[in-house]
Amino acid sequence: MIRDYFRVLVVDLGSGKGNVVKVDGRNEFAGGSGLGALLFEKYGHADRPWDDPDQPLIFSIGPLTGLFPLMSKTVCSFKSPYHDQFAESHAGGRSALAIRFADYDALVIAGRAPRLSCLSLGMKHLEVKDVQFLAGKDVFSTGKILRSMYPGSGHRSILRIGPAGENLSGMACINADTYRHFGRLGSGAVMGAKNLKGIVIQGDGSFALPESKEYSKIYKQVYEKMTATDMMSKYHNLGTAANLDALNELESLPWRNLQATKDEAITGITGKKFADDTLLRNAACAGCPVGCIHIGFVREKFMEDNQYLYRQVAYDYEPIFATGSMLGVTDAFQVLGIMDEVEKAGLDVMSGGVALAWATEAFEKGLVSEAETLVPLAFGDAENYKKAVQYLGSAENDFYAALGKGSLVAAAKYGGEDFACVLGQEMAGYATGEAFYVAEGLGFRHSHLDSGGYSWDQKNDRKDAGEVCDFLISDETGRAFLTSMVACLFGRGVYKDEILAECLKSVGYGEIADNMDLIGERVRAMRWKVRFSTGYDPEKISIPKRYREVSTWKGKTDPEYMEKLKAEYGRRICELVSDEALEKLNLKKVEKK
Amino acid sequence: MKTLTASRMERCIGCHSCSFACARLVHKLLSWNTAGIRIASSGGLSTGFVAKVCLACSPAPCAEACPTGAMRARKKGGGVIHKKDICIRCGKCAEACPVDAIYLDLKDRPYVCIHCGRCVEYCPHECLEMVESDQRRDS
Repeated sequence: MIRDYFRVLVVDLGSGKGNVVKVDGRNEFAGGSGLGALLFEKYGHADRPWDDPDQPLIFSIGPLTGLFPLMSKTVCSFKSPYHDQFAESHAGGRSALAIRFADYDALVIAGRAPRLSCLSLGMKHLEVKDVQFLAGKDVFSTGKILRSMYPGSGHRSILRIGPAGENLSGMACINADTYRHFGRLGSGAVMGAKNLKGIVIQGDGSFALPESKEYSKIYKQVYEKMTATDMMSKYHNLGTAANLDALNELESLPWRNLQATKDEAITGITGKKFADDTLLRNAACAGCPVGCIHIGFVREKFMEDNQYLYRQVAYDYEPIFATGSMLGVTDAFQVLGIMDEVEKAGLDVMSGGVALAWATEAFEKGLVSEAETLVPLAFGDAENYKKAVQYLGSAENDFYAALGKGSLVAAAKYGGEDFACVLGQEMAGYATGEAFYVAEGLGFRHSHLDSGGYSWDQKNDRKDAGEVCDFLISDETGRAFLTSMVACLFGRGVYKDEILAECLKSVGYGEIADNMDLIGERVRAMRWKVRFSTGYDPEKISIPKRYREVSTWKGKTDPEYMEKLKAEYGRRICELVSDEALEKLNLKKVEKK
Repeated sequence: MKTLTASRMERCIGCHSCSFACARLVHKLLSWNTAGIRIASSGGLSTGFVAKVCLACSPAPCAEACPTGAMRARKKGGGVIHKKDICIRCGKCAEACPVDAIYLDLKDRPYVCIHCGRCVEYCPHECLEMVESDQRRDS
């Protein structure tokens, strides 16, 4: 399984057949993000819309997946229904290891099935099965039925969509193994457009160990760092939910559609509150001993005489921000109740929560009425938010269909663009300052994880656009390499360059180890090259007025500085794909399929 | 004689580190299947995890079903030893196992726990332990 090329399964849903293809470029692109962009360049169609049947949906893993702890993520690359540009979303769960043990580096899924279908594959099988009977089914019941239809419990991954994906919502996610998601930018709708309800990947292969004696030794070192030291404790203790308190204290937590950045009601939804009152247990992605997944519960009385049901919901910082503080809901159980509905609909929780926050303010301001929202929306009213989530997932009427394409699409129709909390897409939960607003707004994934802009804001109040851009650009290089591995970014404290190089060398990827910086630069440039080819233009991205009105620990946003920073960051991103830069990285021409 | 017991599986987070350790250190393979211990969810991840591992039956039905003597009971304490060189890969052992603890790979080679305990140190939540055979309290 250590190869100097990529072994890729290319499936055509129209015919139900696939090809196993050897793709060159292992030492140039490593895997994950780099491989996703390379495969989109080969198999994608920059000039056709996202829902063209020939557009590929790509899942790629890294050279160390399955070989080392926390190399546990999969990158999904696709043309996004949100902005019709090339996009990427990452998820944990079991898919990475299942793909590895099915002996592929990537899956490329093209074509459209004649009816709603499920793709299943493994080391020795490939099949596209009609599952029209699952039409309209929520994510949970879809999972249960698919589990009963396919073998391999424990060593398989089940990716599936809910109603939102079938309705082609720009906020539809792909649920990965119940508790993880390819969340952002609408990958679920790409599956929907392909008539693909589910993908079942069975990791049933077994491989010879790398021959070097170093491998087991370095594995043990890495494993011990991940488990026996406190390096990872913040992730398995309170988890990322610990950030709620910290960001609120720092006046950086968005409240009620970002009308405030701090509120005393935080006490109802802190990480400690969730852990003390709602946490049932922890879980892990396959191949990760850290176990950062926090699973809480919702309990509902559905009938008199104390008849209750309960469901389990994975929570994290971002989902709590999106369905808690952003919606003014300050009871931990109510927050989990909204998340549960979001899960069932198959929506991205951040996009859905932030979009409903905009809808609430639009309702309060009289731009929309119950005729559009179907239930009155008010900050803090969890019960109506649960209904609104269902309407959003099912695109119940014109209003919810527009909102499902993005808050700015709905705002263009109903008004209220000034207070749409959109930074390229519905914002992440870091109202930390100008560096974050610009970094998420213009960044490749419109994610706080493209670079550490949010972190820069939390540590600095200097207003030097050049200095911030130097940081953002250089930080992105390292992350592009790690997401090509595809390491969980929680592991970045352990996987410093030196250890990563040792891991790569111990299994035979010496050439990758010797060129990590260069590969990071090349992957970053390749991703941007593909993105630009699908229409990205930093000048067309605007940062709504709401961000100019916000205060953080640094005081009020400085609109002039933010504009300067935005222009400079846009210029730096454009530089990454200049002829000269592409020439230097040997990216001028990649052979099409 | 000690045997491996998965006595605290309610703590399991599903990381599969035990299976990887067994495959890597005992069988010199990279896999979550070709190992003496395998982790499965039982009816989806929301129900938690179970370990598919040899329960050291005595007498051992897998050994009794083996037509060539490749699967033999350990001398004491329960559990079996599998001799690869005389195994004809008929799969009778896996068929006879009442708890699906024997895995047949894609070439019908059986993999079963030999109660060596090398997986134990790779479980981050101490779900697994080695105990004297007469003190076992399996979950």
